[in-house]
Amino acid sequence: MKDDPDRKPSLAEATLAGDRRALARVLTHIENDTDLGRRALDTLFPHTGNAHIIGITGPPGGGKSTLVNEFIRTWRKQGRQVAVIAVDPSSPLTGGATLGDRIRMQEWFADDGVFVRSMASRRFGGGLAQNTLAVAHAFDAAGFDPIVIETVGTGQDEVSIAALAMTTLLIQVPGTGDGVQSLKAGSLEIGDVLVVTKGDRPEAAELARDLRNIRMIGLAAGSEVGGWEVPVVRTSAITGDGIDNLTTAIASHRQWLQTSGDGAQRVRAMIAAEISVRVQQGLLGRLSEQNHDHLEALIDRVVSRNLTAARAADELLSGM
Amino acid sequence: MSERNRPIRMLVAKPGLDGHDRGAKVMARAFRDAGMEVIYTGLFQTPEMIATSALQEDVDVIGLSILSGAHMTLFPAIMDALKTVGRDDALVIAGGTIPEEDIPAIKEMGIGEVFGPGTKLQVCVQYVLDHAPTRDDDEG
Ligand SMILES: Nc1nc2c(ncn2[C@@H]2O[C@H](COP(=O)(O)OP(=O)(O)O)[C@@H](O)[C@H]2O)c(=O)[nH]1
Ligand SMILES: [Mg+2]
Repeated sequence: MKDDPDRKPSLAEATLAGDRRALARVLTHIENDTDLGRRALDTLFPHTGNAHIIGITGPPGGGKSTLVNEFIRTWRKQGRQVAVIAVDPSSPLTGGATLGDRIRMQEWFADDGVFVRSMASRRFGGGLAQNTLAVAHAFDAAGFDPIVIETVGTGQDEVSIAALAMTTLLIQVPGTGDGVQSLKAGSLEIGDVLVVTKGDRPEAAELARDLRNIRMIGLAAGSEVGGWEVPVVRTSAITGDGIDNLTTAIASHRQWLQTSGDGAQRVRAMIAAEISVRVQQGLLGRLSEQNHDHLEALIDRVVSRNLTAARAADELLSGM
Repeated sequence: MSERNRPIRMLVAKPGLDGHDRGAKVMARAFRDAGMEVIYTGLFQTPEMIATSALQEDVDVIGLSILSGAHMTLFPAIMDALKTVGRDDALVIAGGTIPEEDIPAIKEMGIGEVFGPGTKLQVCVQYVLDHAPTRDDDEG
């Protein structure tokens, strides 16, 4: 096949050659985990591992997309090709979704070095779509670096994005009681950089100060020498203040990942999480397809209080 | 034959210079409620912006909402821009204040259907469900 000069290049080959339409189509196949998508990833994956994958998470309306647009400006000046994966929740009732993050990133429409792709979370937890990281791999293979994954996170949900990104930016919004909220949920810990957006608002300085204090307590409690000191950066998309500080902090974190060896560990953790998600989905799929009757029978027994759910699960797993 | 085994992806865009996006938002919500994944890009979309969104988001359908009266210049420019990026395979539909007598010419441009003011949303949704193209590499 390879020798046939008339052979049309596959979607994956065209993607590697810089064809944006092919890339967009590959992303759809990967998102839907089709056979074609899996084959494309087989071809693309050896070309990955170069991109800095950055997660940005925080409450809806917190200024994430606006901030990403500012990042694009900085990174384009550095000559880097930027990809954005913007994930918004699907409606649990209809399965539909409104994906509105592009609105804030429109000025790059004529720039081939910027690619924005919206994804619906499709009932996958943590504000994340199931195949988000696989989509990032395709961007990586196509030469995009960095790749930003924007997700909506409120409280505990945010934890899962940290497993899919090398650097996680946690957004805190002034005037919403966010600092205290995140502290309760324990999600502050997932931020490699804490970002106070809308820094032009009067409450912003106080929130940044509170976050620094909280971080100091955290540091005193259990940090090692050579560890990453989580910076708190206040930004305003209106005045432009803090944007350079933030992109510098992101670059420093990447540098630190490389020099400390923590980066290799993160990559391992990301891959472990990716495999684990697929195993879970695969098992659940098999459970509902091949073991459907068995499952229903077990549910009956649990309903009639003859069996605990734990025993039912054991029985299913041992039979698989 | 190819079959779509995933939600329909749709772009809802508001080309032109008038600042009213209520119609476009209502449209976006109706398609979402019908289970579609709707990329909403808001006001003042140029033909090139629409083409870039259609390309990058790999949408199956593009819904244009237009109230400015500039449809006879905007629509051909949009169709050209889509062709330039290779996305003239998407189904394009239009809604808004479009006079009856313009509709044949608009359909001639390759726009699938035109929905005038007062069209029931359910009619638009059903049209898209019936006519959204399957792509040649969609698989069952
Ligand atoms: N005052 C102020 N408003 C902002 C700033 N950044 C974003 N916004 C506004 O916050 C709203 C939500 O922004 P968006 O980026 O869409 O938030 P996202 O939902 O977190 O992606 C928009 O109306 C923005 O104009 C900022 O730095 N200062
Ligand atoms: Mg957003």
